[in-house]
Amino acid sequence: MEEKDDKNPDNKKQSRRKFIQNVGLIAGGAVAGGAAIYAGLDLEKRKLPFGERLKLLAADGKLVEVDTAYIEQSPKLVEAVLQLEGREGLPGHKWVMIIDLSKCRNARKCIDACQAAHHLRPEQYHINTLQMKDSPLTASYHMPKPCQHCDNPPCVSVCPVDATFKRPDGPVLIDNERCIGCRFCIAACPYSARVFNWFDPKDAEQDKGVLYNVELNVPQKKGTITKCLFSSDRLREGKLPYCVSACPNGVYWFGDEMEDAVTNGTTKETTSLSELLKINAGYQLMPELGTKPRVYYLPPKNRIFQFEEGLKDEHKG
Amino acid sequence: MEDNFHKIESDLFRTVRLNRAHILWMGLLSVALAVCLYAYSLQLRTGLGVAGIRDYVSWGMYISNFVFFVASSLIGMLLSAVLGLLGIKWIRPLTRIAEIIALAFAAVAGLVIISDMGRPERLAYVFIYGRFQSPILWDVTVVTVYVLISALLLYLPLIPDLAMGTRVIEKPKWLRKVYSILSVNWKGTPEQFRIMHSSIRVLLVLIIPVAMAIHTVTSWLFAVTPRPGWNSTIFGPYFVSGAFVAGIASVVIAMYFFRKNYRLEKYITPDHFDKMGKLLVLVSLVYLYFNINEFIVPGYKLERSESIHLSELFTGRFAGLFWFAQFFGLIIPIVLLLFKKMRRPLPMLTIAILLFFASWIKRFIIVVPTQENPFLPMQHVPSNFLVYKPTLIETAITLASFILVLLIITGLSKLFPVIPVWEMKEEAEENQLK
Repeated sequence: MEEKDDKNPDNKKQSRRKFIQNVGLIAGGAVAGGAAIYAGLDLEKRKLPFGERLKLLAADGKLVEVDTAYIEQSPKLVEAVLQLEGREGLPGHKWVMIIDLSKCRNARKCIDACQAAHHLRPEQYHINTLQMKDSPLTASYHMPKPCQHCDNPPCVSVCPVDATFKRPDGPVLIDNERCIGCRFCIAACPYSARVFNWFDPKDAEQDKGVLYNVELNVPQKKGTITKCLFSSDRLREGKLPYCVSACPNGVYWFGDEMEDAVTNGTTKETTSLSELLKINAGYQLMPELGTKPRVYYLPPKNRIFQFEEGLKDEHKG
Repeated sequence: MEDNFHKIESDLFRTVRLNRAHILWMGLLSVALAVCLYAYSLQLRTGLGVAGIRDYVSWGMYISNFVFFVASSLIGMLLSAVLGLLGIKWIRPLTRIAEIIALAFAAVAGLVIISDMGRPERLAYVFIYGRFQSPILWDVTVVTVYVLISALLLYLPLIPDLAMGTRVIEKPKWLRKVYSILSVNWKGTPEQFRIMHSSIRVLLVLIIPVAMAIHTVTSWLFAVTPRPGWNSTIFGPYFVSGAFVAGIASVVIAMYFFRKNYRLEKYITPDHFDKMGKLLVLVSLVYLYFNINEFIVPGYKLERSESIHLSELFTGRFAGLFWFAQFFGLIIPIVLLLFKKMRRPLPMLTIAILLFFASWIKRFIIVVPTQENPFLPMQHVPSNFLVYKPTLIETAITLASFILVLLIITGLSKLFPVIPVWEMKEEAEENQLK
């Protein structure tokens, strides 16, 4: 196990920061390239600089010095960068989630945090908690169920337009600028993990003009799919997913398979992924389907023996 | 002989004219279509949520209807290509009807699938960003090819009739103009006939694999998923054999009304109904065979998720629809049509209409129940997520597709003779020689 990453999460953070800086620099460079030409012409006329001067790499490889007053943010460009890095992911990582069913008490804080972050309606679940009963003899238990982020995802195979895609670092994302709303992915997913925007999204008004971030899938769009994204936007910031951080009961572990390390969202304790799975007999949902999920479950010890009634038609919110 | 030819010409071109009854019928259809299109405008504005489909059952009436339309369109291939290439003569006066039906259903199937899209304005993305591993892409490709070949198979054998029509049709003038443009300077020389016959032959051979492909690929939209009820290796042939049953229903209904309304009793005879009845028994038996395989084999094993699905069909929420579809879509046609009396025009029409409905419901039964029984429980959702109930708007949009098919069929059958005139003349000549 790599000690430095375990003991010092800042390290990871820093390398991510650096990556973001790099992306920013390239993006900025592209803007500045155009701006520089414009600025150069303009400065000829009135040789007065306004603010600080910034050294930037132009698109043709030249280092140029530009007055910061001339640098503008182009929304189109920012969106393009968001798409680019959203599809590329975070190289060198393989994200995994472990859900400890012995800890879940159906607090549903994970759901609240998730729905708030992704601007979802109450019946739209990126993650849902299900009341499971495996056989008539066994007791019931609560099972949080996010997208399983399969390594062999049936939903991605069937998508006709590459709107839903598998990232090298694990998550299966959906690009709602691309989605045509055919819902073949819903039909193909054995985990019922996918949700559709049947009407105008909940925050359609409020999100007007917000730049689309494919890692957050906000703004939501009418007529397109939405789904759990492993909180890819948070991963980019070096943070744990929304649901993982929100859980009060220590249900979730999240981490990087490449580092063989997972961190508990509640206790912030970090431990070995392989050992956690081995000691607790971790398993996957329906592995026989060959989907190779990236979400693991630890068996439901300490089951709650009685459930409240009226579950079937219950609708939270 | 000349008299006989003249009689055939005037009989078959008599249907090509616009009378008041026909204009009224088309007007009625157009008004109904307009109402249904209003329903679609509501869907565009509000979202797909105006339909009863939700996150669990996300494919409902639209997709069932799409499958039904693709199925019905296969009849063109069966009658013109399979029977035509086998040299079966009695089919001749029915080939154009079959091709018109095939073309209408296949073309409108494309529209039906658009009505199911959450973002129809992004249709072009399928071509711009198309990914080859998605069965949707295969479906789009083969359906387009099938529409093109069917259009050609309708058009090429029409050319000699078009040339004939420029002589026969007096008014309206514009129609004569259309005929003369479309007849591409057909003189009826042996060379022209040779070219026409060989190109039709090529198309007839081509359309067989393409038609098999469209319905096989349509079945794969379901069969490539791991879900109980869809996870089947025989879905391709199961769909194709079912398609012939559904298609014959449409052709029989069309035959009956063309015969009555266009006074074609001499050309579409009780004998044709009799033969179509026998053909229907044959294809139904093939379909029955696949049904037995599709239900008995998983029913014997009763693997857990399959057993839930099967009990929903046999005795559960879908039992009524399921048994209706199996009874009127399979058992009744097979049993009744063994009797000669039942193969007369009127009983045939009755059976065909029941069969038509049963075939549509059969597609519904294939598409919907599987989705109501997912692997994981459906919880914490509004009750309308748990069971699928089609809405009025969705029904109206579905009706629109049927109205459109009717409009295309009646339109084409009024613009052109529904029975190939030159082939009837050829037949008369052959009979004369005997």
